[in-house]
Amino acid sequence: MTVSIRIPTPLRPYTDGEPSVAVEATTVGGALNFLTTAHPDLSKHLRNEHGKLRSFVNVYLGDEDIRFLNAEDTPLTDGAELTIVPSIAGGVA
Amino acid sequence: MLRIHRKQLALLHAHATEGYPHEVVGILAGDRSRHTVQRVQPLTNERADSPANRYKVGGLALLQAEQDLEAQGLEIVGYYHSHPDHPAQYSDYDREHALPNMSYLITSVHGGDVIHTQSWRLLEDRSSMQEEAIEIES
Repeated sequence: MTVSIRIPTPLRPYTDGEPSVAVEATTVGGALNFLTTAHPDLSKHLRNEHGKLRSFVNVYLGDEDIRFLNAEDTPLTDGAELTIVPSIAGGVA
Repeated sequence: MLRIHRKQLALLHAHATEGYPHEVVGILAGDRSRHTVQRVQPLTNERADSPANRYKVGGLALLQAEQDLEAQGLEIVGYYHSHPDHPAQYSDYDREHALPNMSYLITSVHGGDVIHTQSWRLLEDRSSMQEEAIEIES
């Protein structure tokens, strides 16, 4: 099924400037993998070396954080809208 | 090269001073194509557990603030934060949490006084951050 993923401004250089990308997937993880297969340079900014989503990368299905759903196993319905919402963090070592 | 209006840099420094000894954080908004900061937008540091050496702004709060700025015709150029009693050098923790294609401006505050401000950008392979010059515009 076709779902859309909204891309935040700093990551759009990796999607040819597109603010939204249509992907084919049945789960959130599948949608993200479709996205990073189509745009491989995006992968290292979304996932760490263990393949896990980076801590500052939040993914919303509609207005629900997938962490409070079934994370990357969350099923998708046709026409679902995913949004990548970065948080910012840092500080003195 | 990051360009920032003199008054906006002064507002940023005032925010860092007022927040001392805690870290402060905010958005650098302006013109991405000209790499110019026309507005600094202070945000709330959510790390109440460790505010002297950590900052965080959650995704929804950040998204809301950015959409408010974009509705005023501004683009997100980057973010700033302070390092109380530490240099304006980025930390590994800063690098690990950095977004690409953004400027990260760090202001060093010692004893409540702003000492130094530097700007950094994440390298494409995420291995380090590279300093970029700051040009102050009148």
